[in-house]
Amino acid sequence: MLSNKHFISLKDTPKEDIMKLIETGLSFREVLERPVKKVPTLSGKNILNLFFENSTRTKMSFELAEKRLSADVTNFSASSSSLNKGETFRDTVQNIQVMKIDCIVMRHPSPGSSLQLTNFVDSIIVNGGDGCHEHPTQAMLDVMSLYEKFETFKNLKVAIIGDILHSRVALSNIYALKTLGVEVTLCGPPHLIPIGIQDLGVDINYNVDEVLEWADAINVLRIQRERMGIGLIPSVREYREVFGITSKRIENLKKEIVIMHPGPINRGVELDGDVADSDNSIILNQVLNGVAMRMSILYHLLSEGDTIND
Amino acid sequence: MIKGDKILNGKWILSGGKIYDPFKEKYIEGNILISDGKFEKIVNQNYKDKDVNIFDCEGKIITHPFIDLHAHFREPGREDKETIESGCLSALYGGYTTICLMPNTEPPVDTPELIKFIIDKSKEYPVDILPIGAITKGQSGKELTEIGLMVKEGALAISDDGIPVEDSRIMRYALEYSKMFGIPVINHAEDVFLRSGAVMNESIESTKLGLPGSPPITESIMVSRDLMINKYVKSRMHVPHISSKESVELVRKYRETSDEVTSEVTPHHIYFNDESLSTFNSNLKVAPPIRSEEHRKALIDGLADGTIDCIATDHAPHNIEEKESDFMHSSCGMIGLETAFSSSYTALSKEKFSIEKIISFFTLGPSKVMNIKKEFLSPGKQVEVVIIDLNKEWKVTTDDFKSKSRNSGFIGHKLKSKVTSTIYGKDCFINQ
Ligand SMILES: [Zn+2]
Repeated sequence: MLSNKHFISLKDTPKEDIMKLIETGLSFREVLERPVKKVPTLSGKNILNLFFENSTRTKMSFELAEKRLSADVTNFSASSSSLNKGETFRDTVQNIQVMKIDCIVMRHPSPGSSLQLTNFVDSIIVNGGDGCHEHPTQAMLDVMSLYEKFETFKNLKVAIIGDILHSRVALSNIYALKTLGVEVTLCGPPHLIPIGIQDLGVDINYNVDEVLEWADAINVLRIQRERMGIGLIPSVREYREVFGITSKRIENLKKEIVIMHPGPINRGVELDGDVADSDNSIILNQVLNGVAMRMSILYHLLSEGDTIND
Repeated sequence: MIKGDKILNGKWILSGGKIYDPFKEKYIEGNILISDGKFEKIVNQNYKDKDVNIFDCEGKIITHPFIDLHAHFREPGREDKETIESGCLSALYGGYTTICLMPNTEPPVDTPELIKFIIDKSKEYPVDILPIGAITKGQSGKELTEIGLMVKEGALAISDDGIPVEDSRIMRYALEYSKMFGIPVINHAEDVFLRSGAVMNESIESTKLGLPGSPPITESIMVSRDLMINKYVKSRMHVPHISSKESVELVRKYRETSDEVTSEVTPHHIYFNDESLSTFNSNLKVAPPIRSEEHRKALIDGLADGTIDCIATDHAPHNIEEKESDFMHSSCGMIGLETAFSSSYTALSKEKFSIEKIISFFTLGPSKVMNIKKEFLSPGKQVEVVIIDLNKEWKVTTDDFKSKSRNSGFIGHKLKSKVTSTIYGKDCFINQ
């Protein structure tokens, strides 16, 4: 059992829950390496993937996790615009309520929408990303990947680099990492680092070379093309020059550094292709751990005490 | 038609309450005697008359009903949210009998004909409805309305409220032109570029919620501009729903040398701070946004030293569909008439404000700002009183409202003091 019925935010998630999820995640990771990758743990449970926003990767990862756990999976994709044309949020989800769904995984562009959903339906809610707020399952797979690599969180230094303001990954990562006692530094254009975020116990450094020197691992955030041309990022070449994790920067480092990225990567913008493909990178592990971690989360939220291997 | 819960036919005596005249700022000894809805005289405790009915006010305060300088009723256009009638009911149960209506209806009240429509429509209700006309035609910010003709029909101020007057030249003309009519210009001050798509105050709280925030200077930048224009053209302006420390400081500074500027604050800006949004309660989504504790404290200081003249509700009804959309898309504003006094009293009594001072923010303060002539208890005139129980505590629920809308941020909150009745003429409105 986890301390909360839903999985919406990592803000108040206790360390014990995070560690429990990581450990179960690592066992599922072994399951995924087996020839028969399926366990009957959630057989008979109905899970709905409710996506109001396109996110092929997150959706695929959840769907795989659900199917590997033998759950019954339904997918519902709606454009967020349909929500705003007279149809209320409540109407949409109450239609779903009558279908007797055990668990809803929701991706929605508005912050707080997952929390709001808990007021309208009885199902267990998993936040699959709510706007620029949180993406707790992504942060969990990130910490799992760090743990897999370092085997401890003790004395670990992690930098999050990029557009923190518009990222749903950053906040969840900060909450989880701080709970685990990890030192965190944020690095990015000052106007893309949200006001007051130091209050969450993180440092800010605009100098990416200093940050690389300091960090054991870096989580490089995707720079969205739509942020360019509206005055936020002057150009790709300027961003790459000031904040890009280039091959040159990594070659100049006289130490090992672990590279993470939530995907999809803009190769040659925030991260150079050969850095992403190098031995420093654990990006592909993150993808695999994504499925394992989501299995772990669903297992802890939905199973009534069955063992993993049955 | 609006009818009281009780009709005070014949002679009535309001017995046992403390009577406070907020315009003369003094207490009156004795009891109020009413005859067929008209104030007759003050009588002493021993007054005896076999025909007189007793209206028990023991332990309560009796004073002049409240004046709201800033309410949005949705007629014409969005009668599903609020009509003039439902708004008047909401006012009466909140202790108000005088309401200044903002013009941002559909269509906006931007002609003398529409001013007349509002006045005619409200004549039959036991509430004095005082319309505010738009500054610009269609509230589009481009062309001045027929301000003189609107004033002639009864407009007592002009405002494009809901939308800021962005164009400084238009703002200059509005201030300069309207001064010959002796009416204040009320500009909803928000720099729209700085605000951009914001849905709350910008602070650590918006950071934690992942919501786009607008910084407090979004307001003070425009307040600063307006004050400069006002000084330049020597006009008269009123700052509505002041929300930030910087704006209070600017108004305070300006008032050191001029009394041509007044300001108001809403109950929600002095009651809540932005930490209250942590549950994404869309009823707390308002414009200007509820700011951090530092700003809330500055607003309270502004009330204490007279920089802020009065409390105005910014009563903004929205239907449940609009509020139950997700936080980003839900509409801005909350209703306030029925909780204004209690919530303000709850916030201000904690800060050691006297009851007389708190009452003045709802009576004397607003009457001075808009130059509304009011007298408390004039013989032979319709009686107008509100009866308040300061010792009552109540928890706000969705069922408590006479307004057509339910978008109150105070639902679930326990408030101190309650308006128990409002009497206007023979009509007596009683809160259970
Ligand atoms: Zn306004």
